[in-house]
Amino acid sequence: MSPKSVLLWTMQAAVFWLVLFVPQLVVFLLVNTPPTWELALLVATGVVGVVHTAVEPSWRYRVHRWETTADAVYTLSGWLNQEWRVAPVSRIQTIDTKRGPFQQMLGLATVTVTTASAAGPVEIEGLDHEVAQQLVVELTNTTQATPGDAT
Amino acid sequence: MTAEVPAGLPAAPEFTEPLAEWHRLHVRMLIVRPLNEGIAMLVPILVLLFTGNGEKWRLFASGATVAAILAFSYFIWRTTKYRITDEQVELHTGLLTRKQLAVPRDRIRTVDLTSKPGHRVFGLSAVRIGTGQQDTPGTDGLTLDAVTSEEAERLRVLLLQKAVAPKPASPDEPHAEPVVAESEVISQLDLKWLKFAPLSLSGLVAIGAVFGVLSNYADDLGLHPVQDLWEWLFEHPSVTLLGAFVLALVVLGLVLSVPLYILQFWNYRLTREPDGTLRVQRGLLTTRSVSVEEQRLRGVDIQEPLLVRAGKGAKLAAVTTGLGSKGESNLLLPPAPLSVAHQVSLDVLKVADDPTLRKLRKHPLAALRRSLFRHVVPWVVIAVGLAVWAPSWAWPIPVAIIPFAALVGWDNYRSLGNALDDRYLVTRNNSLVRSTVALQRTGIIGWRIQRSFFQRRSGLMTIGATTAAGAGVYHVTDVGESDGLTLADEAVPDLLRPFLVDESAVDGQAVRNV
Repeated sequence: MSPKSVLLWTMQAAVFWLVLFVPQLVVFLLVNTPPTWELALLVATGVVGVVHTAVEPSWRYRVHRWETTADAVYTLSGWLNQEWRVAPVSRIQTIDTKRGPFQQMLGLATVTVTTASAAGPVEIEGLDHEVAQQLVVELTNTTQATPGDAT
Repeated sequence: MTAEVPAGLPAAPEFTEPLAEWHRLHVRMLIVRPLNEGIAMLVPILVLLFTGNGEKWRLFASGATVAAILAFSYFIWRTTKYRITDEQVELHTGLLTRKQLAVPRDRIRTVDLTSKPGHRVFGLSAVRIGTGQQDTPGTDGLTLDAVTSEEAERLRVLLLQKAVAPKPASPDEPHAEPVVAESEVISQLDLKWLKFAPLSLSGLVAIGAVFGVLSNYADDLGLHPVQDLWEWLFEHPSVTLLGAFVLALVVLGLVLSVPLYILQFWNYRLTREPDGTLRVQRGLLTTRSVSVEEQRLRGVDIQEPLLVRAGKGAKLAAVTTGLGSKGESNLLLPPAPLSVAHQVSLDVLKVADDPTLRKLRKHPLAALRRSLFRHVVPWVVIAVGLAVWAPSWAWPIPVAIIPFAALVGWDNYRSLGNALDDRYLVTRNNSLVRSTVALQRTGIIGWRIQRSFFQRRSGLMTIGATTAAGAGVYHVTDVGESDGLTLADEAVPDLLRPFLVDESAVDGQAVRNV
């Protein structure tokens, strides 16, 4: 996991909370006599937002792990709720990379490994772009070397 | 049937499979499609016709609708053609957006024949071919709607046989009956099973559906019966009236459920076909025949809705690739006695003893606490909310529900369990529809292990075995950490182990017992 992913998650969290906070603030400032509950909601959003943005990214960074071997791809993700995902290389169907705007800015990428299961892919977030590309090549090679239709 | 004149002609004797020529769907679909779709449009048309004072535009609009349906059917028929080559099934269809679909024949996993009443009258069947690719829903497989029932049956045999054995025994056999071997009946409808119909609450669901449709039309007519009823009830609150209403609903539900069961499951037969498929046939008006390639069967799911379970009954579903996890198409056995369900599961899986009968390991007591918490707390929240914001008669209702919620929570814990034998992973979940899944260990294609904040504090985890079949993931809920990891490690050897060792070296929280 690239240390830059802490920055990525901080930016994502900040944007999320700003989207919630700013419209409330605008309404609060424009209305002549705002009701108390509006103030309470505004303060609550602000406090939760700041705490979440401060705590979540570094917590997440301490939790997140990923590893690939010749046989399997493995990730551990989450912070409060954590999830391990394991997929054997022999069952891999597609390998994609995607890069959002923030990720492009920071030179990061997400590698998504899907299997035949409808229950969700294994996603490796916050990799350095070069590491991600190398990983894709590696996985593609091992996957191609494995026979069978992966169901 | 030939390419030029598909209409109603008998199969020519020199006809050889596969159908290398392009074929149209059956010409009778020109009538059947308007019939099937016209039924849905009938009420709006009648409403349109009879609500006004016979204005001209109403007549005109109705006529235009009918004409549009007819034209639409014609264009669909005109623009649709299919052929079956050695390698694939191809379907070209679409008027504005041309679609060319092709399914490789060695990828065909299921063949599903459906005849709605309109099809039945004209001796036709729709053929749905499933491939088991689930990642893009709706694009999986293709549907030939429709061909004659004989042709559908022939295609079913042809397509599935090819899927199992690349070289059919006698490809040059001229007649439409390539397989002579007998199919073996595993189970068929017993009228005694009808006693499970009322228990399955299907009647209430049907009432709900009919009610939904009717109130829709009522809205079109400018009537709002539901709203009026509510308002009236708020003005004259009456326990007797409410009780009578509930009673009427229950009785009607019970009465309706029996014909509904017959409608769905009449002539139910589960057979093992000589071409290596399991075949379910059922239905009174709309007949269905679902064929599942046995090789693709990844397990079974014994489902026991609460009341059916109380009556010692269950239904059985297949866990297989190629069928959606939704809908009834994966059904192997309608609500029937539990012993029958176990017998069928035994026969279907071809095992000596039924994995779903295995003694299940219980989950730790902390799981009971979580289960109770999850079932009771929402009602407490609702009660508090109502006490603050709603009229005073409202809050006792959720309070009265709390004991039942606690019972459900307790029963939910009781049903939790897991087991492992040499071929199957067995897991049981839920209370209201208790589900016991036996999943082939070789069908597991990965793990999703979840530990929420509270689960980590109680030393529990939820283990999800992902698979290409059925629901895509089957959970072992709230299992103890060490038991859970041992289970996952044993179920699929060598998959989890390297990471477990790594994990305990890196992360102090991880479990080191494996």
